[in-house]
Amino acid sequence: MPGPGMRRGMPKGKRIENPGKVFKRLMKYVAKNYAPHLVLTAVLILISVLANVQGTLFIQSLIDDYIEPMLVADKADFGPLAGAIARVAGFYLIGVAAAYAWNRIMINVTQGTLRNMRNDLFSHMETLPIKYFDTHAHGDIMSTYTNDTDTLRQMISQSMPQVFNSFITIVSVFISMVVLSIPLTLVTLVMIAVMLVVTKKVAGLSSRYFLEQQKNLGKVNGYIEEMMNGQKVVKVFCHEKESIEEFRALNDALYESADKANYLVNVVGPVNMQLGNVSYVVCAIVGGALALSGMTGLTLGKLASFLTFNKSFNGPINQVSQQFNSIVMAMAGAERIFKMMDEAPEVDDGYVTLVNVREEAGKLVETPERTGRWAWRHEHQADHSVDYVEVRGDVVFDGVDFGYNDDKMVLHDVKLYAQPGQKIAFVGSTGAGKTTITNLINRFYDIQDGKIRYDGINVNKIKKADLRRSLGIVLQDTHLFTGTVMENIRYGKLDATDEEVVAAAKLANAHGFIKRLPEGYDTVLSGDGANLSQGQRQLLAIARAAIADPPVLILDEATSSIDTRTERIVQDGMDKLMAGRTTFVIAHRLSTVKNSDCIMVLEQGRIIERGTHDQLLEEKGKYYQLYTGNAIAN
Amino acid sequence: MIKTLAAHIKEYKTASIITPVFMVLEVVFETLIPFLMASIIDDGVEAGDMHHIYVVGAFMIGAALCGLFCGVMGGKYGARASTGFARNLRQAMFDNIQTFSFASLDKFSTAGLVTRLTTDVTNMQMAYQMMLRMCFRAPVSMICAMAMAFMINAKLASVYLAAVVLLGIVLAFIIRGAMKYFQEAFPKYDELNASVQENVSAIRVVKAYVREDYETGKLKKASQGIYDIFLKAEKQVVLNMPVMQFTVYSCILLISWLGAKQIVQNTLTTGELMSLLTYCMNILMSLMMLSMIFVMMSMSIASARRICEVLEEKSDLTNPENPLYEVPDGGITFEHVRFSYQKESDEAVLHDINLQIMPGETIGIIGGTGSAKTSLVNLISRLYDVTQGAVLVGGHDVREYDLETLRNQVAVVLQKNVLFSGTILENLRWGNADAGEEECRRVCRLACADEFIEKMPEGYHTYIEQGGSNVSGGQKQRLCIARALLKKPKVLILDDSTSAVDTATDARIRKAFAQEIPDTTKLIIAQRISSVQNADRIIVMDDGRISGFGTHEELLAGNEIYREVYESQTSGGGDFDEKAGEA
Repeated sequence: MPGPGMRRGMPKGKRIENPGKVFKRLMKYVAKNYAPHLVLTAVLILISVLANVQGTLFIQSLIDDYIEPMLVADKADFGPLAGAIARVAGFYLIGVAAAYAWNRIMINVTQGTLRNMRNDLFSHMETLPIKYFDTHAHGDIMSTYTNDTDTLRQMISQSMPQVFNSFITIVSVFISMVVLSIPLTLVTLVMIAVMLVVTKKVAGLSSRYFLEQQKNLGKVNGYIEEMMNGQKVVKVFCHEKESIEEFRALNDALYESADKANYLVNVVGPVNMQLGNVSYVVCAIVGGALALSGMTGLTLGKLASFLTFNKSFNGPINQVSQQFNSIVMAMAGAERIFKMMDEAPEVDDGYVTLVNVREEAGKLVETPERTGRWAWRHEHQADHSVDYVEVRGDVVFDGVDFGYNDDKMVLHDVKLYAQPGQKIAFVGSTGAGKTTITNLINRFYDIQDGKIRYDGINVNKIKKADLRRSLGIVLQDTHLFTGTVMENIRYGKLDATDEEVVAAAKLANAHGFIKRLPEGYDTVLSGDGANLSQGQRQLLAIARAAIADPPVLILDEATSSIDTRTERIVQDGMDKLMAGRTTFVIAHRLSTVKNSDCIMVLEQGRIIERGTHDQLLEEKGKYYQLYTGNAIAN
Repeated sequence: MIKTLAAHIKEYKTASIITPVFMVLEVVFETLIPFLMASIIDDGVEAGDMHHIYVVGAFMIGAALCGLFCGVMGGKYGARASTGFARNLRQAMFDNIQTFSFASLDKFSTAGLVTRLTTDVTNMQMAYQMMLRMCFRAPVSMICAMAMAFMINAKLASVYLAAVVLLGIVLAFIIRGAMKYFQEAFPKYDELNASVQENVSAIRVVKAYVREDYETGKLKKASQGIYDIFLKAEKQVVLNMPVMQFTVYSCILLISWLGAKQIVQNTLTTGELMSLLTYCMNILMSLMMLSMIFVMMSMSIASARRICEVLEEKSDLTNPENPLYEVPDGGITFEHVRFSYQKESDEAVLHDINLQIMPGETIGIIGGTGSAKTSLVNLISRLYDVTQGAVLVGGHDVREYDLETLRNQVAVVLQKNVLFSGTILENLRWGNADAGEEECRRVCRLACADEFIEKMPEGYHTYIEQGGSNVSGGQKQRLCIARALLKKPKVLILDDSTSAVDTATDARIRKAFAQEIPDTTKLIIAQRISSVQNADRIIVMDDGRISGFGTHEELLAGNEIYREVYESQTSGGGDFDEKAGEA
């Protein structure tokens, strides 16, 4: 495995540090692209709520102003009522249109924000240093894209408008209630206060159990993941009974907390609803008494209206309290998303760039066309004079110290010198630091002390993108991308023609098997090239490096998981690829490295032996032991 | 499918029955309230009868309290039934997975099993709770409200009936349209996630080729695709809202108009009109709820199906009726063994294998990738059953042994091996739960694991992280070997288990085996010739057949494949090769 071991990411269900700040930032993020939409939505929600309120008000006038007069009149005249209904219908239609409009707009806002967020998150992720990926569990990174954006969708599309809607409803209903009857409003408010207190109590209790449930769920899921991964080992060791018992204990604990948490969440709804009903009854009794006494000018129609308001007042409060949970969850998700967006990107203050050159009168001249000759364009910071250094693949390590963490050095005082076209091999046991060295050449990691020079230029001065463009790399784990074989090879050089791709495949000895694939070069690879064998994937990776045509190649255990017979074919392709390039080879199999110009034997981050194969065998040191397998007990 | 799932409700049957009962009762009380409300206005307020208001008001409070009680109970038992059901499902799946044969495990894949045990169970829990609490509540609420409305005034109530039918039809159309798009959208969504996943794991390649912008462009296109399709789907869903509002408003206005006429004609009271208007909301909200339940349920069907697949999977490897509990010795015999991973498939992985291995022999196995080395050894501990022929251990067919006995006596160190979170000692004791610390140290010495364990600050009590991420590949392999040795098996199989161990250590382990456990039959699969050349005999596998079986010298002389592999690994030098050849 390359790099240091993975560390588990943040545990889920942790408390949010500052929900207010996260919310503000989220709002700002949404508003960045959709500010007019949000304003328009707010206006439309206002209109739709008002349309609804005027409808409720109409029910008041229905009895008092239209039905009652008709009851006392000699001959009922339905004209005014018809007019009123037509008017209300008109407002209702506007309300319906507004409701549709804001819902429709919010789709764009929600989906658009999610799209932007995915894009931003992804493009930011691409700038993060390798260290980030080595120190964060890939599952946690993925869950930011899946679970966390999902909770946000809920929140933006439902909770936010809901809460705003409820807020406006509450305010407008409140005003209407005050207009209708102040004493009854006070009664309603008292009941609301009771509801809020109860909700808060229950919510507090339930959030405690919810945290416990999340914790237990995490444990259960962790156990499941671990056991499913090791299921075959469980079988081989007949450990089934033990794992069932262990799982039962965790599963029961989860049930206990989930039962309580869900119970309490379920209770909030009925409690609020029935308290609302009680509030309704109390208002009816008080209102009835007031109407009968005739003291406050409360009419029967007004009482009826008020009771409708009372009901529509309880509704939104109930809704807001039910949205509470999903808002909390969305905030936790948003926090993780923003945390990833805040991760510091790879620093790159290199200013030496890679350019195409042409030779004119013995001097290198920069040219925009692809000449196949490359040079480093070195603009000196002092006097802004520009130098061109031809790219040759000359790599020097001078006293390099490196550690993945500052407190633990992995490489000590590494010195090495690779001349253009040479093949340099690294051997040594696992953990000796072979992969680490290659991680430094392309600056996946930066060194603590010492210097690395590339064609005489300190690599720190070279722009990272240009540095990497000049280095080809074939890794132990061949990662291919979803797409055709053609696309995968072309990954090394995006503007390569089909002929160039075929030529590269031929060079890597991949052409033969590609032609035998059902669709040849157009065969679609999926899931990391799972439909190909290890060796075939390796050959594609080599072809991919070949088409990039870099002056320096890094082969990190490129053939270790291929059997030796297949390796011969791969090796053949690699030998062709390596011809004329500076190559760094890491290998387990000593047969792969034997013909190197120089072999470095690494142990515990130090180069302990160096020389050609024959020289090292002469020395009868570590290399000799490794090669012959005759270790001298130490 | 429903039968399979329902079988796991078990002790939560009562809760599952009580919940809808309480929910229905809650609805009844809720429906009663507007009815009582009408009575307060008509007979109390209008008649100026304060006493009536108190009496009916008291009834209403009573009804609300009963409603509250039912609601709380419904919530309580609903939570119990659904979380309990989820617990049973999880446990039943986990239990059943423990009985899975390797063939079943291959079929489902690790990720597939994890999703089923986690996300799918959560989906089922939510769907079940929804079903218990809402599935009965919503229709009953609608029927109750409708009945009350008809009781008050059948003529006006028929307006609702018409509205319900109309709205139902429209909703059905909208949902069908939306579902179509959602079904299109979900695979796209999976694709997007897959592409992110690909990038996270292949980040070194992306960065090495400086393809960050290229990848970002690709993702932007994919996320735009999702945006487009979700927009289409949501556009349909969003029609729900105005249609619903329009129906409610129409009903209110229609009832107001017709109600006013009836009041004037003295066939309706104002109180009754108010009640009718309240029921209007109840009826249409219930319908809305039903349509939501429908969507939720149809989305959870996929989860239910996936869970059932696991529950219904039966292991084809079962204990015989009168199993043998003793393995006499470590001799292994293959008699005309033919094996294929799929029963029906004609493509055999192993063809007519015949082998005779003596107890205590050390056998090396070598061959190219895909030559069926692993398949061959997997038959010995009966991880798979042969398709034809028989595998004998200690003179008996492996199918005659008790599975646990056989697997304890035939220890396999798998190619893809796993350590579990826990201390090193705990991990070792998987091999033998009762092993003392001294015994654990002994096997670690055998596997050359003692050297690095003792260098660790906490030694044998060092905590291994999940998946063994805090030890190197070679260390992991050595721990796995030690764990298997703790079983004191009669047969030990190492399936490419020292590939990450350096050659020198590899040699020391083999030497220790030869000296310390001479009576154990040892089968060693390896890529390196040096790992097998000292074995008593070596099997050369080629494309599911045994191409050669003999000593190093015999094979070198008579087997072309072996010679080829040997030369590819040792050729190129001068004197040195001869020396290696003599060894």
